[in-house]
Amino acid sequence: MKNPSEEQRSMQEEKGVSRRAFLRGAGLTTAGTVALSTGLLSFKLESPVKPPAVLGPGEVAVRFVLNGQEREIWVEPRTTLAQALREHLSLTGTKVVCDRGSCSACTVWLDGKPVNSCMALAVDVAGREITTVEGLSQSGTLHPVQEAFIEHDATMCGFCTPGMVMSCAALLNRNPNPSLEDVKSATSGNLCRCGTYPKVFEATLAAAKKMKK
Amino acid sequence: MNRFEYVQAPSVKEAIDMMNSTVPEALIKKATSPAYVVKAGGTDLLDLIKEGLVEPARLIDLSKIPGLDKLTYDNKAGLQFGPLVTIAGLENSEEVKKNYRALHESAAHAATPQLRNMATMGGNLMQRPRCWYFRSSEHKCRKKGGFTCYAQIGQNQYHGIFNTNVCPCVHPSSLATALLAFDGQVELTGPQGRRIVPLSEFFLSSEENVTQETVAESKEIITNIILPPVDASTRSAFVKMGQRESYDWSIADVAVVLKMDGKRCRDARIVFGAASSVPLRREDAEALLKGKPVTEKLAMEAATKAVEGATPLKHNGYKVKLFENLTKRVIMQAVAVG
Repeated sequence: MKNPSEEQRSMQEEKGVSRRAFLRGAGLTTAGTVALSTGLLSFKLESPVKPPAVLGPGEVAVRFVLNGQEREIWVEPRTTLAQALREHLSLTGTKVVCDRGSCSACTVWLDGKPVNSCMALAVDVAGREITTVEGLSQSGTLHPVQEAFIEHDATMCGFCTPGMVMSCAALLNRNPNPSLEDVKSATSGNLCRCGTYPKVFEATLAAAKKMKK
Repeated sequence: MNRFEYVQAPSVKEAIDMMNSTVPEALIKKATSPAYVVKAGGTDLLDLIKEGLVEPARLIDLSKIPGLDKLTYDNKAGLQFGPLVTIAGLENSEEVKKNYRALHESAAHAATPQLRNMATMGGNLMQRPRCWYFRSSEHKCRKKGGFTCYAQIGQNQYHGIFNTNVCPCVHPSSLATALLAFDGQVELTGPQGRRIVPLSEFFLSSEENVTQETVAESKEIITNIILPPVDASTRSAFVKMGQRESYDWSIADVAVVLKMDGKRCRDARIVFGAASSVPLRREDAEALLKGKPVTEKLAMEAATKAVEGATPLKHNGYKVKLFENLTKRVIMQAVAVG
C-alpha cells in the first residue's frame, strides 16, 4: 500500500504536474508558487523584461511539503515558519519559547536538517520539505527516538522535548552509530531548563541501538 | 515584526537593482524612508526586526540566487566560498578541516547546530554587534545615531578592551577572527561592478564609523570570500571562550596562523575576536614570534605582548588576562597540531 504522500505524488504525475517540476519552479521563487496557484504556469525568471514579483505585505500563497504532504497556506511575508506551523496549520508540537533562535524548542527539519523555525520566514521555505515532530511517527507508530524518550524517562516538564527529539532523530539519520559526544554535540543547541540531558543522551543511544536491529 | 514586502532575487544584478540600503543604514534612517534591504539566512535580520530596531519596507531574499553557495579549494587559488555557504557548510568541508583548521574550529563553535544550518557566511560577516544596549530599542546609543554610550557608564563585562572610546561594542563574528588570521578577502558587488577588499579594510572600527561595521555601501552585497592557499608549513589554531559552551557569542576568541620552518616560526598572524569593534591583529606579538623557535616561554612573551595597551572598562578587566592565556594556549596548540 502506498503512503499518502506517494499516493499524492503519483496522482500528480498522472495529471502531468510532477512533484519534482513543482519543486523546481517553486524553489526558485515564491512568485512561482503564487503563479502556480493562479494557473500562470508560464511565468519565467529568465525573462529579462519581467521584474521579479514583489509579494505582500498582505497574505501570499506558500506551498511546501509538510510531513510528506504538499500543503498551501496563505500568510503574510512577515510570518515565521513557527507561526505558520502553529497558527495556520495547527501543528502545535513545535514549541516557541525564546523566538530568537536561542533555545531551539522550535526545531524542525528543513530538507532533513534541523533548523530554528522561529528564525525562518514561511515564505522562505516555499517548495522545500519541512518535517515537524508530528511527522516523525508513521501511521500511529512512534519514532524509535520518541519510544526511547518514554522508556528512559527523558522528559521532565516536556517543553523542550519536541525540539530535542527532532535534533536526536536527525542525528540518527546522518549517523546511525553516534557516540555520547555526538549526541551531546547534536543537542548542544537545545536548551533544557529542567536539566534532563543525561536521560536524553541515554535515550538517544538506546534508540540508535534499537534501530540497528 | 512590522509588515514588509518580500521578493526573491533571481540574480545578484537584480538584487543590487532592488536594494536601497544596508541594514545599518536602514536602522539609522528608520523613520525617514522605506528601506529595501537584502537577507540571506535571515537569522540576524529577523532578530533586529523582531526587536523593532529595523523596520524594512521590503526584504530582498538572496538565498535562491544560483551559484552563491559554492565552496572550492585548490593549491593556487586557495579557498573561495560564496556568501550563501552556511556555517555548517564551512564546518563540514573536508578542505577547510584539512587546510584551515582555525577556520574549521571557529565554524564548529559558532552558535548552535540549528543556526549553523541556517546562517550564511555573508550574513555572518554583515551581522550587527550584540551589545545589550545596542540591541535594546529603549536605548538610543551612538551606534543607533544617538549621543550616549550606555555601555561605557553601565554594564560592560562582555564589551571591548581595546579602542573603547567611542563605542566599546565588540565585533560579533568569531569566524571573522579566523578569516582575518588567514588574511582573507571579501568580494563586494555593486552597481559599478566588483571590488576586492582585504578583511583588514572590510571592517570599520567604531572610531572610523560608529553606525556601521563594514565598508559595504548602500547597494553592495558580498559575492565571494577568498583565503590565500596554505602550504606544508602552515599551522593554525583557534580557541573561543564563552559564558556557555554552546549558543553564546565569544567573550574572547583568538586565532593564530603560523608558518613554520621546522621548530622555527617564519611568519605569524595573531588575531583577537571580541576584543574590539573589529577583529584585531596583534602585530607586535606576531613580530616577537618571527624568526625564533616557538617555545612555551616565547609563546607566553608573545601573549603578554598581545594584550599590551588594553584599556578595559569597569567590569571587563578579566578579559585582559583571559586573552593573554588564550593566546599562549592557541600558539602552543598551533605548533602541536601540525
